[in-house]
Amino acid sequence: MKKFNTKKTLIVSMLLIFSIVSLLPLYWVFSTSMQLSSYQDEDLEKPTSYVNANPPKMYPMGIPEYFEHWGKAREAEKNNDLEKATYHRDIMSYIVEDTFNGFKRLFQQNNMGMWFFNSLYIGVVVTVGILLFDSMAGYVLAKKRFPGRNIIFWLIISTMMIPSQVTLVPMFIMVRDLGLMDTHWALILPDLSMVFGVFLMRQFMFSIPDELIEAAKIDGASEWKTYWSIVLPLAKPGLAALGIFTFMNVWNSFLWPIIVLNSANLYTLPVGLKTLQDANLADFKLLMSGAAIAAIPMIIVFLIFQRHFVKGLTLGGVKE
Amino acid sequence: MKGSKASMTMNKNKGTWYLMKKNYAAYLFLLPKLVLFTTFIAIPVVWAFILSFQEYKIMGGNDWVWLANYTDVFKSEAFKKALMNTTIYTLVTVPFNVITALIAASLIHSLGRFAQSFFRAAFYLPTVASMVIIAMVWRWMYNYEFGLFNYVIGWFGFESVNWLGQSNTALWAIIIMQMLIPFGVGIILYLASMSSISESLYEAATIDGANAFQKWVKITIPMLKPSTVYLVLLSTIGSFQVFTQIILMTGGGPGYATETIVHLIYKTGFRDFEFGLAAAQSVVLFFIILVISIIQYRALRHDE
Repeated sequence: MKKFNTKKTLIVSMLLIFSIVSLLPLYWVFSTSMQLSSYQDEDLEKPTSYVNANPPKMYPMGIPEYFEHWGKAREAEKNNDLEKATYHRDIMSYIVEDTFNGFKRLFQQNNMGMWFFNSLYIGVVVTVGILLFDSMAGYVLAKKRFPGRNIIFWLIISTMMIPSQVTLVPMFIMVRDLGLMDTHWALILPDLSMVFGVFLMRQFMFSIPDELIEAAKIDGASEWKTYWSIVLPLAKPGLAALGIFTFMNVWNSFLWPIIVLNSANLYTLPVGLKTLQDANLADFKLLMSGAAIAAIPMIIVFLIFQRHFVKGLTLGGVKE
Repeated sequence: MKGSKASMTMNKNKGTWYLMKKNYAAYLFLLPKLVLFTTFIAIPVVWAFILSFQEYKIMGGNDWVWLANYTDVFKSEAFKKALMNTTIYTLVTVPFNVITALIAASLIHSLGRFAQSFFRAAFYLPTVASMVIIAMVWRWMYNYEFGLFNYVIGWFGFESVNWLGQSNTALWAIIIMQMLIPFGVGIILYLASMSSISESLYEAATIDGANAFQKWVKITIPMLKPSTVYLVLLSTIGSFQVFTQIILMTGGGPGYATETIVHLIYKTGFRDFEFGLAAAQSVVLFFIILVISIIQYRALRHDE
């Protein structure tokens, strides 16, 4: 057996404390979203809200309550006390109802399903578009020699330094004059013009050997065929990283969408969450349910594609 | 390679027009991105500068007011306060987050493979959630009566504080929140750069009798300098654009206590519809970021 390592234990426990602190807000989102909002116990006269509790309840109280009543119901059934068993069974179904009540209200009384769908499809459309256009641009900027190549590249790259807020007002005027205000085009088109991917793709394309491209040409493949069936498959790792970050950026984007969207059925999740908060300032169970729904897809994407996240970050850094 | 060089010299003789025609496919490949880029980035950027010298009229026929918007920007109390708040926010959070990322990455790096990927995930996970979500939950955690934050500081004997509601604590509440969100990008980048530092440097130091801390100060930190420069620049730029937390947690208030530059641009442009003024504010933001980036880049690079 290994010797007990004090230094290592110290490091691990320090890191564990750090990670608990950093994960706590996310935990709090989920815990509050499933907290019992009102619950009448046998020995309590007034309904208690565990959401607004002082001191705060550290986990969804419905879980222990549910099992407590489950035990009591089982016991009553054993003793053939059907009335008592039904009483506890009713409380159990009430607990389940109340625990997930925030989510239910989001989908029934608010447009949560629509917002989720909007975010999802806009994210997918933009990601596919960016992957296609940026890999096309990155490919020729890295591999082809033509007049204007360097000027175009530097023109595109130099705008990466400009904070996106600079273009807010002119874009607003432009989108309004084009009649795109309060449409999804107003989100998709500007998102498709983000330039970070061109830079990333160009860097990535440099690593593809020229010989492969030359060979395809000699075999008589057209420019498009070379790109589509030789270059793109080789660029997969870069595409994966760019795709994930594009989707994440679009999914989380906030400032521009709150400016151009006005109709509740067109909102994306972040915009929907803001209006939800504006309308229910103190209903934290509802707000945290919304936050939980918006957080889950990104958490899943991260856990599945963790490797690509790391690669994407180290490939060339990410614009936040 | 040889072939392309030969064809280059051959092409040179035939002129630009010939080259353009020969490479027409390249332009077609660039076309979609170039059209989007021109329409939604290049033109708006130029337009923003023009607008900042004008007074915008909805009916058309903008008046040229030249520098009037800029003098308004610098005279306005709100902008001074916003600039001040944004600067304090940046000066506290950026060094803190970069240093803690460095420490966290150094600790993680000393562990085994499994522990490394576990902690990397634990620190990066909170940053994949949108700032909207983070801001919403922190607003709840800062709740005066039922918030988790007051409860936790109560363990240490502190009185409850109305964090977001008082002008002397609101900005610090936002700053503390930013400090407690792990700088996931920083940790991952530092970890990647650390694994590329040559082992022989450490071995040589060990032979010279250096202890772990000395090695960290004399080898690890200097070798990570490029990453540090990049991370400081990245997070400074990001932090000068702080917005989401502000609109969701305080709305810039109480008073101007948490007003920031981007939140002010948003209010000026899209609540008061003073487009010229908002454009001038955003141009000022651009120059602030540009100047700071240049200074930081030079300062951090210089003492190598």
